[in-house]
Amino acid sequence: MEATAVDPFVFRLAIFVLAIFVGYFVVWSVTPALHTPLMSVTNAISSVIIVGALIAAGPGGLELSKIFGLIAIGLAAVNIFGGFAVTQRMLGMYKKKERE
Amino acid sequence: MTANLAALAYVSASVLFIMALRGLSSPETARMGNVYGIAGMVIAILTTLATPGVVSYAEILAALVIGGAIGTVIAQRIEMASMPQLVAAFHSLVGLAAVLVAAAAFYNPAAYGIADAAGALKFVSRIEMSLGTVIGAITFSGSIVAFAKLQGLVSGNPVVFPGQHLLNLFLGLVIVGMGVLFTMDAVPMWFWAMAVLAFLIGFLIIIPIGGADMPVVISMLNSYSGWAAAGIGFTLENTALIVTGALVGSSGAILSYIMCKAMNRSFFSVILGGFGGDAGPAAGPAAGEKPVKAGAAEDAAFIMRNAGKVIIVPGYGMAVAQAQHALRELGDLLKTEGVEVSYAVHPVAGRMPGHMNVLLAEASVPYDEVFELDAINSEFSTTDVAFVIGANDVTNPAARDDPGSPIYGMPILDVDKARTVLFVKRSLSPGYAGVDNALFYRDNTMMLFADAKKMCDDIVKALG
Repeated sequence: MEATAVDPFVFRLAIFVLAIFVGYFVVWSVTPALHTPLMSVTNAISSVIIVGALIAAGPGGLELSKIFGLIAIGLAAVNIFGGFAVTQRMLGMYKKKERE
Repeated sequence: MTANLAALAYVSASVLFIMALRGLSSPETARMGNVYGIAGMVIAILTTLATPGVVSYAEILAALVIGGAIGTVIAQRIEMASMPQLVAAFHSLVGLAAVLVAAAAFYNPAAYGIADAAGALKFVSRIEMSLGTVIGAITFSGSIVAFAKLQGLVSGNPVVFPGQHLLNLFLGLVIVGMGVLFTMDAVPMWFWAMAVLAFLIGFLIIIPIGGADMPVVISMLNSYSGWAAAGIGFTLENTALIVTGALVGSSGAILSYIMCKAMNRSFFSVILGGFGGDAGPAAGPAAGEKPVKAGAAEDAAFIMRNAGKVIIVPGYGMAVAQAQHALRELGDLLKTEGVEVSYAVHPVAGRMPGHMNVLLAEASVPYDEVFELDAINSEFSTTDVAFVIGANDVTNPAARDDPGSPIYGMPILDVDKARTVLFVKRSLSPGYAGVDNALFYRDNTMMLFADAKKMCDDIVKALG
């Protein structure tokens, strides 16, 4: 085999695989009582897809890709703000027993 | 900002997201976890805004403010009983955003640095883009169907027709074909054909799934939204997106697994659908012919007041009746009478994972009085009263004792082992599985025929 540089794609694939394992172990440690907040917060963080939308909406002018980008920013923003806010609201409800 | 610095910033955002999930291991650390998640998001957004190509700040800010305002208002107003719908709706937005970002990258690959020498999309990026687009589109339309079913806009009953699975299989193969064509020749026609067909199949794969299987569907769509984000992350060569997509994808997959296991269903049998409408068959086998003992609120109040230990078993019916506040009041009154009260929650008690826990938390039930199936099941044999409200199949002893039963093997709460079972239900109709519950006809069971909320109110009155 020739000594060539590793394709950056392979690096990203490695990160992806490791992140799946991290996700696997972290999520199994989530208490079942918090599974609904888990879903709402994963929903909020998956909206980090907004970074792709920001780049599309970034250039000046008004091309098709920019319009797609701006709509995607709006949609992702609903999710980010809504997702984190509703998670915070839910978590605020979980109270321990008051002990005298 | 240099590319290296930006890459490091994206990694730190990823780490913060992992910490956000880690925080959810206990209610005490969860709120801090959410703050980590927000911090990660702020870092990711600011890093992208500092990218050299991004200059149109006014339009971006406008889109952010509009979307953010809508999201915040919805989050403040939503009822906890409607959380499953909200989450389904949010998933659809992630899916649609993924498709739009893919389209944007397709029309302007140079902005992302993924153009080849001729200015068209790179070969590898085409494969990744196909995956991200298709999964995103399926997430979008599938979540819309799930939303409509949960919100009651369409019937929760499975929609089945002959040749359904063959049609889906055929469509799936056509989509793969479109993906191949797009990869060979990246023209708009193949891109949009692929996206439209994926939208279509998203509708088709969710319509045969009944309302009662929604906990699995929502978890599955949660997972899809993650894989879509990861696919887009590969296309855009962005580590924050890849890592987050992987986290969300595996989280949703684990939740789907937990939900399937709690119903003793295989993932495939859920996906193939046709099971578990909201209403269930109209007439239960011979229901009403066997003698049942029915009681009134006063009887229930008397029995529970004189009990030493009561376990409350809430189910989806309680959520529908919005009885959680009245139920908590009932529990509190019993506690002042010196009765030991705890709550038992089955994993599929609500319409999404953990739904019942949120509803009880909303009604100010302390979370350390609420127990999961494994933690509390051994307690029923030493319990005086099991108060079942709005649950049915998850308490059916047939699932444990009768190998011929369609729900045999599903883990249940052993309420039948309690000295007395009080069963709040509107009628003797079977649950979603269409299976009669032998518990109704036992000597130590007293049926309380009423709406869940009304019954709780009446018992509270009788106790007070």
